[in-house]
Amino acid sequence: MADKVLMKGNEAIAEAAIQAGCHHYFGYPITPQTEVAAYMSKRMPKIGGTFLQAESEVAAINMVIGVASTGKRVMTSSSSPGVSLKSEGISYLAGCDLPALVVNVQRGGPGLGGIQPSQSDYYQSTKGGGHGDYHNIVLAPASVQEMASLTVKGFDLADKYRMVAMILADGTMGQMMEPVSLDVSDVKTYDKPWALTGTECKREHNIVNSLYLQPEELEIKNFERYEKYKAIEENEVMYEEYLMDDAEVCVVAFGITSRVAKNAINEARAKGIKVGMIRPITLWPFPKKPLAAAADKCKAFICVEMNMGQMIDDVELAIRCKKPVYLCNRVGGMIPSPEEVLAKIEEVGGAE
Amino acid sequence: MSKAVNILYAGFGGQGILFAGKFLAYKGLIEEKQVSWLPSYGPEMRGGTANCSVIISDAPIGSPIVSKPDVLVAMNLPSLEKYENEVVSGGKIFVDSTLIDKKVERDDVEVYYIPATQMAYDNNIKTLANMIITGKVLKEVEGFSMDNTEAAFKKVVSARHQDLLGVNSNAVQMGYDY
Amino acid sequence: MAVVFEKPKSLTDAVLHYCPGCTHGIIHRLVAEVMDELGIEGQTIGVASVGCSVMAYNYFTCDFVQAAHGRAPAVATGVKRSDPSKIVFTYQGDGDLAAIGTAETVHSAARRENITVIFVNNAIYGMTGGQMAPTTLPGQVTQTSPYGRDVNTVGYPVKVCELLSNVDGAAYLERVAVNNVKNIKNAKKAIKKAFQNQLEGKGFSLVEVISTCPTNWGMTPEKALQWVDEKMIPYYPLGVYKDIYAKEED
Repeated sequence: MADKVLMKGNEAIAEAAIQAGCHHYFGYPITPQTEVAAYMSKRMPKIGGTFLQAESEVAAINMVIGVASTGKRVMTSSSSPGVSLKSEGISYLAGCDLPALVVNVQRGGPGLGGIQPSQSDYYQSTKGGGHGDYHNIVLAPASVQEMASLTVKGFDLADKYRMVAMILADGTMGQMMEPVSLDVSDVKTYDKPWALTGTECKREHNIVNSLYLQPEELEIKNFERYEKYKAIEENEVMYEEYLMDDAEVCVVAFGITSRVAKNAINEARAKGIKVGMIRPITLWPFPKKPLAAAADKCKAFICVEMNMGQMIDDVELAIRCKKPVYLCNRVGGMIPSPEEVLAKIEEVGGAE
Repeated sequence: MSKAVNILYAGFGGQGILFAGKFLAYKGLIEEKQVSWLPSYGPEMRGGTANCSVIISDAPIGSPIVSKPDVLVAMNLPSLEKYENEVVSGGKIFVDSTLIDKKVERDDVEVYYIPATQMAYDNNIKTLANMIITGKVLKEVEGFSMDNTEAAFKKVVSARHQDLLGVNSNAVQMGYDY
Repeated sequence: MAVVFEKPKSLTDAVLHYCPGCTHGIIHRLVAEVMDELGIEGQTIGVASVGCSVMAYNYFTCDFVQAAHGRAPAVATGVKRSDPSKIVFTYQGDGDLAAIGTAETVHSAARRENITVIFVNNAIYGMTGGQMAPTTLPGQVTQTSPYGRDVNTVGYPVKVCELLSNVDGAAYLERVAVNNVKNIKNAKKAIKKAFQNQLEGKGFSLVEVISTCPTNWGMTPEKALQWVDEKMIPYYPLGVYKDIYAKEED
């Protein structure tokens, strides 16, 4: 195993991407993700890759489309307001069935919002974000190690299913340093007969396109895409269970809030409250099955989120509203404290 | 060290708050501990307030945010006033007494007053008050020591500034001996 | 029997969807002839835009990607950076290039991105039914300037070649027309040069082709060609606006 090094989450994403074979990066400066671009600007020239600071977020995502259409691994990164600007391009990537990695190191919103960490782009990421019927694979790292490993995983899933994989992190995950091992040994490659590589006058021309003026054709395209999404929901769900064996209260949290929740759960356990956690690692596909199973044995759920309650909708759907779901949240760049989460656990766990 | 040590460094931007935290994190990494380092980040590049959370632990680390520090290193008055009451009972507070006149009012914490900025000035290492006060942290916090100091500096000082290893180590030693 | 005239190899057999009298067909043919003559069809990747030429990917035999409105130069940048040995061109109309895609146009020129841009200027949004374009002439009546373009309220037309000639990165800029045989011959020369520049690594080359839209101009094809001479060319003079290599070639 490779030696562990201390890295910022943003840097871990950048290095892992390079290790995963991504040699093309396009971005635009925005706090708190700028370290990704800075890292790429240093490394790419040394490996003969492309780092290009685009004139806008919009241009950056369209440059991504250009590289993706040639079949090579490519990424861009931004933070919330920038991802809104990229949403048009993300919709086109979906419509063209192109693989790419998009990183969102979230900050508070709406509008220009703030620069402190947030999880308020949950809806935007998991429900599509741009126009049209589509999904992104959304991965939510909860450590710097996962910032790296889910980046590698993201490229793999993007290629495998020809779609956008998104790393949904937040300012804390991007800025914090933890030991990380960048041992990326099993990078899979995929055949891409659809890629634009020049016909060499030996094959029919390839066309990368999202325009279907005949509604019958466009309907079929959408149906096909949703068959693919069904397979992903079947095969690619990732989550972590923490102390769920005997849990009566189930905390649901992702990313940085799952770390805070772990502290609170440990303290609650010390006080004799049977509480555990399901941490979605893929936010889409959402871990519906383990949540539904938990609903059969837990008396209540608590969503810990840094937004006004967005994932809570998916939890309630997953458990078919069988049990009450409570929200413990801070917003605007504030992070819930372990004490706040513990108080909620005690309130819910003690209520018979 | 059997449990986690939660450290909060706080002061002005430019005092080397983040650097000192990184040094401790690297030292922990070398000693095969679990570590995390989390900076505050703001719109200002210089000045303003800066703080950073460092956790060094035997067990996997939950939240990387230190809101109830075991160890507070306060390098200006607003930081001491803001965080003094957040320190856990039995915790330790390190105060740069050159920059902070005020005394800590609590009696359930141990307080160390080090004129780090004055010492740095007197020894012509004006920018290293952060490392002087860190030396004192290494001396007084259970489980910490001067071991691996050099190795940690090698990691945290950038390649083109490796000539500064010696002065940093001296500063830490100075604080340790104070 | 000797073949004296045939379809360029670089064009497919698809029937063009353009209106009768529209000059897109001529411009497509010129681009295809140039690809044939340079022997680059197999290495070329085209970038289609949004507007009447949105389906250009059906008409050329090379690989093609269709870009969002205005974003073709950014997409082309990605394609070219992915494999600089490929020949990459965009085919864009005036709304696409000079309004919604102004930033992408200016900045791909500023970067001296080694791509070829075919810019078709017919002073109107054709596909959406004839709205005012950034290049619509002062006084010109369109669906969204029913009383004629009033420069006091909606401002002046954007002269793309003139604008880009101040951008250091732009390597070659020429404005041509396709309303008569002489102009068509010049247009082909310019298009060929714009592709040759790319083969030689000379950087951002744009050919602005003054085109017609008989349907939305409300004219017969013949009248439209005359209108190009009478109204368009006086406002958009033909010629080379920039050629940073011209001197060394002399």
